[in-house]
Amino acid sequence: MTAGTEQLIEVAYLAATALFILSLKWMSSPTTARRGVRAGEVGMLLAVGGTLLHHGIVDYKWIAVALVLGVIIGVPLGRVQMTAVPQRTALSHAFGALCVTLVGTSEFYLRAPDVPRFMMAVLSAEVILGSLTFTGSLMAAGKLQEILPQRPMTYKGQNVVNLGLLAVAIGLAIHLVFHPDHTRLFPAIVGIPLVFGVMMIVPIGGADMPTVISLLNSYAGLAASAMGFVLDSKLLIIAGALDGASGLILSVNMSKAMNRSFTNVLFGAFGQEQAAVSSAPQARSVRSATPEEAATILAAANKVVIVPGYGLAVAQAQHKVRELYDALTRRGVDVKFGIHPVAGRMPGHMNVLLAEADIPYDKLLDMDEINGDFPQTDVALVIGANDVTNPSARSDASSPIYGMPILDVDRARTVMVIKRSMAAGFAGIDNPLYYLDKTLMLFGDARSFVGSIVRELAGGQG
Amino acid sequence: MKMDLLTSLYVFMLAAFVGFEVIRRVSPLLHTPLMSLTNALDAIAVIGAIILVGEEKSTLSTVLGTIAIVAATSNLVGGFVITDRMLKMFKSSGPKKS
Repeated sequence: MTAGTEQLIEVAYLAATALFILSLKWMSSPTTARRGVRAGEVGMLLAVGGTLLHHGIVDYKWIAVALVLGVIIGVPLGRVQMTAVPQRTALSHAFGALCVTLVGTSEFYLRAPDVPRFMMAVLSAEVILGSLTFTGSLMAAGKLQEILPQRPMTYKGQNVVNLGLLAVAIGLAIHLVFHPDHTRLFPAIVGIPLVFGVMMIVPIGGADMPTVISLLNSYAGLAASAMGFVLDSKLLIIAGALDGASGLILSVNMSKAMNRSFTNVLFGAFGQEQAAVSSAPQARSVRSATPEEAATILAAANKVVIVPGYGLAVAQAQHKVRELYDALTRRGVDVKFGIHPVAGRMPGHMNVLLAEADIPYDKLLDMDEINGDFPQTDVALVIGANDVTNPSARSDASSPIYGMPILDVDRARTVMVIKRSMAAGFAGIDNPLYYLDKTLMLFGDARSFVGSIVRELAGGQG
Repeated sequence: MKMDLLTSLYVFMLAAFVGFEVIRRVSPLLHTPLMSLTNALDAIAVIGAIILVGEEKSTLSTVLGTIAIVAATSNLVGGFVITDRMLKMFKSSGPKKS
């Protein structure tokens, strides 16, 4: 084919690269974000269209079949319920990583045994990152979908075993860099990371998922970038680097929000602290209230902050919360939402659920934006959140979550907590918030309890 | 167009810096759609798989490549669809209608 086509493809790739960067730039605000999606789609069309003109392609049959199959699988994956978004995201990390691993494996066998050292090094990085992200993401998706147990499973020496596995894989990769003709070793640098991916996620519990998903996102991006090095494609290097950077920023954010050091995150040492907690909760008295009493207090308030957590997602209470928001706003109560970065199972999870229920996004405030408001807040209503409101993170140096930034709900005049029972939260830590004089416990299912409050508010109005 | 290792590394480094600067500005409000969008963009790996399958150099590469195209395309399509669905839901309380 002519040199003209070559150049056309390069121009398409260049335009796609610019569109990808613009796409992410437009994501910075909800007002331009949908334009960002359009830019990404156009960029993708250009890139795929350009690739189909590639001179090396001799047969389109399997490409066409695979593209059609991909669309058939992709559309339902794009139409899942909003509550299923975390597991869908994990699954798509797995798919992305699968693609990268398979291409990397093919490239190795096409080039072996004469693989230049640098090529072998990036190929190894590609398949190691790709295969550990593949099984790791599948495990994460399984835990989020509750096919697998959510509780962390830990055993003695877990980190030694895991890091040992990874070290063996890297060692074999280094050997292959110098002796690429030892092709029999190649399956091991795919297989061992596949096992490592599973082992890495086994000790991780539900509350650590936001960090883990972000980290897997980053790995998937880096693997794609490594693939760009192998295939000599700037577009792929750049797209992978953007994704890697995004995942890395999110995982740093999440680890800060849980007061974990970043190395702790990088080495996958999640969910260890829980094991140390064994102190039995003391039998202290709590005050509980009925929906009627709660409605009376809320109706008399000027300023209410609602703090949602994973419990809200489990109970699917977002639409009832919207009704409560409407009922209170109609009475002139100022209602805002205080959202902790790690509330839910992935970064931004709560925002999506509340936006789904048509709650305006300017009422959804980040932890740093809302914390100054609590002293002037009449009622802080906690729905399905626990550890992110635990004041011992501020005051009790012996607490496993000491130092973790929290939402200062205890500084509000009245605190109301909707909770199923007095059972401890994910971290297994007792929450002193519940025993404060200003705290009222509202025992029940989040959705039905909020529904009862809404009914009381409606009844009271006439 | 061939490029050497050093050029590739420069491209990677600059892209990483651009990524950090651009993504740092994304509001926490949109972190979930951000992740699904970067996932969709990551599916650009499909171009590698397409060339691999189209060149038909070996049975292994054609089979693995075909699976790779399916996986990446489903990410691509699903990622864009769900990101747009999520973003459609984010509405301001202001009276302005766009």
